Amino acid sequence: MASRRFPGVDAPLRTDLPVLKPYRLSGPVHDEMYLVRWIASAPPIYLALALALWPAAAWAQGGYGVVDGFEALARWVPFLVTEGFLFNVLISLFSMTIGTVAGLALGLAQISRNAALRGASWFVTQLFRNAPWLVLLFIVLLAFPFEIEIFGLLIPIPAWMKAVIGLSLPIMANISEIVRGAVNSVPSAQWEAAESLSFTRTQTLWQIVLPQCVKRMIPPWMNWYAILTMATPLCSLLGVGEIITLSRQAMEAENNQPELLLPFYGFALVLFFAYCYPIARLTIRLERRYSVKL
Amino acid sequence: MTDPALTDPALTDPALTDRATAWTPDQPIVAIKDVHKSFGDLEVLKGVSLEVRKGEVVCIIGPSGSGKSTLIRCINALTDIQGGSITVEGQEVHAKNLDKLALRKKVGMVFQQYNLFPHKTALQNVMMAPIKVLKEDRSEVEGRARALLRKVRLEGKEDSYPGELSGGQQQRVAIARSLAMRPDIMLFDEVTAALDPETVKEVLVTIKDLAREGMTCILVTHEMGFAREIADHIYFTDRGVIVEHGPPATFFDQASDPRTREFLSQIL
Repeated sequence: MASRRFPGVDAPLRTDLPVLKPYRLSGPVHDEMYLVRWIASAPPIYLALALALWPAAAWAQGGYGVVDGFEALARWVPFLVTEGFLFNVLISLFSMTIGTVAGLALGLAQISRNAALRGASWFVTQLFRNAPWLVLLFIVLLAFPFEIEIFGLLIPIPAWMKAVIGLSLPIMANISEIVRGAVNSVPSAQWEAAESLSFTRTQTLWQIVLPQCVKRMIPPWMNWYAILTMATPLCSLLGVGEIITLSRQAMEAENNQPELLLPFYGFALVLFFAYCYPIARLTIRLERRYSVKL
Repeated sequence: MTDPALTDPALTDPALTDRATAWTPDQPIVAIKDVHKSFGDLEVLKGVSLEVRKGEVVCIIGPSGSGKSTLIRCINALTDIQGGSITVEGQEVHAKNLDKLALRKKVGMVFQQYNLFPHKTALQNVMMAPIKVLKEDRSEVEGRARALLRKVRLEGKEDSYPGELSGGQQQRVAIARSLAMRPDIMLFDEVTAALDPETVKEVLVTIKDLAREGMTCILVTHEMGFAREIADHIYFTDRGVIVEHGPPATFFDQASDPRTREFLSQIL
């Protein structure tokens, strides 16, 4: 049939029948792994292009001051990386460790046989999962004293430590959900088989169910690590000396030229991407591998 | 290592010891009396009674949904009951203070879907419970586990994961896994129902070997020919009651109840 065209409709009609095609979202699946899927779906060639075009974009924005901007950045790069970005990585590692340990405990509490414990841990999980991260950070900042006294010894709590705690709260809640979901994904027949072999509930959980869950938990766990790493610049709002805070200070030292914005913030962007991209690719690869096997 | 019998609370508790020692091998090893069980409004067992003696092989047959699997699961307390009594070696299974672990050491169970632990090899599957639950010596258990796998004709498959084995092979590992706990009674819950016709036979041969060695076996099965061959006694259940029972020869050839006859005419 001849292709008819309707005004405003790009695609030629292939049928005369009034067919409404289903609406499809394009791009990665909108699930809890959305972020790493999205990052990992970027083809490496695009990254190279973006890197090459970054100075060009800066040039388009700033005109003649561009070369000065990148020269200034070059002077600051060692400082920004060693004092700034490594600190972001450190914060993310601390938060992830605390969040994982606490999340594991909270997740196991969610499948406890004690109804009160189950209810309480469910509430805590939902509370911290759904609270905005920035709000949590500020609550921790304001709720915790700047120093504590233990046996007459004054121990200061620096802002970065509070930031670590603040960031580990939503991680804890999300890990808790990952643990609960993974344990529930093991067929109940496994529990029954273990029961008939005289395993106690605790033995079944630790020796039979959880070992089967570990593989399933790794990809979503890495997903949350990538999210956490990219959230660490929030700490700059607490005055923690991480990369964004230091970039701002460096720009101030370079007289706050507007030409500096794109080189400096662009550099932070590149660093974060360079760090998270391999994590995201690995996560998706592991997810594919494990989803086939179990 | 201490003798598990000494630390077993079911045996050291004086209230239970009386009952436990009251049992002698000439009494039924499993005695089920007037058992009732409902899931919500649905009554699946409406007063079932049966007795199994030591070394006996008992087959429970009947149409789907007649309560066979529920009955067999009550014997090792995987399912609780609402009325009646079940005793295993003289011990009441549904007593409030029952030591479930002690009971399950005596009663092994094999499931329709094998339910092997997928993250462990065949050998590890067999070794796990004796080591972790009975706290037995690893090297001793390993020797026994290898012997058991040989016995179920799975030599050379010790290091295979369940995912790499066929259904029949997995089911035989599951049988070996139960036997590793040295049970007195084995329960088989439709163990061949999920298998290919070719692999059914290898599992049945394994069970037949066990029965011949004197293991007390209770089987829920749809394999009529097999039931007739190995059973000492056959029970026919329908809609939550035992309609008829007897030795295989009388049961298959001279069934008196019309429901039994109708069922057999459809199957045989």
